[in-house]
Amino acid sequence: MGVPIKVTVNSRQYEAEVDPRMLLVHFLRDVLDLTGTHVGCDTSSCGACTVILNGKAVKSCTLLAVQADGAEILTVEGLEQNGKLHPIQEGFREEHGLQCGFCTPGMIMTAYDLLQRNPNPSEAEIRHALEGNFCRCTGYQNIVKAVQYAAAKMSS
Amino acid sequence: MFPASFDYRVAESIDEAISLYQSADGEARYLAGGHSLIPAMKLRLARPSRLIDIRPIEQLRYIRVGDDGAVHIGSLTTHAEIAASDVIAQHAPLLAQAAKVIGDVQVRNMGTIGGSLAHNDPGADYPAAVLALEATITVQGPNGTRHIAATDFLKDMYETALEPGEIIVDVAIPSYSGWKSTYVKFFHPASRYAVVGIAILANADGNQVQDIRIAYNGVASCAFRDTAAENALKGKAATDATIAEAANAALNGVDVLSDHFASAEFRKHIGRVYLKRALQGLFAG
Ligand SMILES: Cc1cc2nc3c(=O)[nH]c(=O)nc-3n(C[C@H](O)[C@H](O)[C@H](O)COP(=O)(O)OP(=O)(O)OC[C@H]3O[C@@H](n4cnc5c(N)ncnc54)[C@H](O)[C@@H]3O)c2cc1C
Ligand code: FES
Ligand code: FES
Repeated sequence: MGVPIKVTVNSRQYEAEVDPRMLLVHFLRDVLDLTGTHVGCDTSSCGACTVILNGKAVKSCTLLAVQADGAEILTVEGLEQNGKLHPIQEGFREEHGLQCGFCTPGMIMTAYDLLQRNPNPSEAEIRHALEGNFCRCTGYQNIVKAVQYAAAKMSS
Repeated sequence: MFPASFDYRVAESIDEAISLYQSADGEARYLAGGHSLIPAMKLRLARPSRLIDIRPIEQLRYIRVGDDGAVHIGSLTTHAEIAASDVIAQHAPLLAQAAKVIGDVQVRNMGTIGGSLAHNDPGADYPAAVLALEATITVQGPNGTRHIAATDFLKDMYETALEPGEIIVDVAIPSYSGWKSTYVKFFHPASRYAVVGIAILANADGNQVQDIRIAYNGVASCAFRDTAAENALKGKAATDATIAEAANAALNGVDVLSDHFASAEFRKHIGRVYLKRALQGLFAG
């Protein structure tokens, strides 16, 4: 039995009927075609599926789409404005914060959550904030630098 | 992975949630943050036929000091809200110290104190904290309201005093303003649950310990107070010698968990070393 939901994703409103067992990540990827949000582990550990739900970073593989009824969601696709990358995206490019790029959308969304709470984080605070996001390629050094780049750019 | 099918219902009030529970065919479950239940449903370890989403019940989301002087926390309060609360920082910082090291940012944004206590995972962080804080858990169900001491509430691995249909509504903690506290944790490197977690709460004048509470989670099938370790320090000065005594007294006679990550012997060792270091840190300043 489908349940009707209304969500705002990247400032656009959507209405849909979803099976209650559909996970939010599948709603975003398969129904809305927003495939920037990735599925990595599918077991709540890796953070590749991180999106911003009502202002807070959450793992969309561990939420039902029905739980997002009425919510405002931001995904990696919503960051770019008028063809200009968001400073966090720019930071990942400038500081080589990615290799294969699989973890990157989740890293970026968690960094977004951090910088909105704490615009000037220390290195330790950046590492603590990214604890729920795994990267199998980079060794994290350049990811931390990318977030530092974004913090500097956003506060200038 | 996705869960088996279920009938999804939203409750806007406690009464509505309870009546949705009573009218369900088969097994009904309350859904709070979903960060224990949804992973379990995806693995088909849980297959409720009805899921009652209680997250929209706004009246269960608060942190305030009551007329009784205790801090009251609504069961839907998230770990992140507890970690960031000024009221908790002032009256019961131990709870915030535990909340800050639960999982990761994303887990803390969704997970709730009610869900964590109802689930009573042996590797969870709140159980030791609520035992040390001597919290009272208020539940409401088809047969009315009950106030349950944390020590009676937490029964065993994934087992609590909750009766079918009962909802945790409130967690009350007396004010410990002026007490010292710390929560130390040996993390499982992948899951971030506690292999060993120790909550310590002490009323001390400098090094003179009037009262002390020491509780463990992660170590055994259920969190517990270690009274032997407490007695080694209660009414005494915390010195290197008495701290070593407390660490040696700890975990005696406890049936320690053993798994592929940490043997019982290793857990016990870490449990004592961490206690010693935590006490040294607590009484150093
Ligand atoms: C990757 C990951 C890492 C984690 N690491 C940790 C960790 O380090 N430490 C830690 O403590 N926890 C950890 N957790 C668990 C997390 O804290 C959960 O949020 C918590 O255990 C359950 O809270 P919830 O609100 O998500 O409950 P849910 O998952 O919604 O519910 C859990 C159970 O409690 C019942 N329930 C929920 N609310 C109530 C209520 N008010 N009254 C009665 N029953 C209720 C449900 O029916 C269900 O049976 C982790 C989880 C994940 C996914
Ligand atoms: S896919 Fe959601 S945490 Fe890994
Ligand atoms: S860049 Fe490949 S997983 Fe992070």
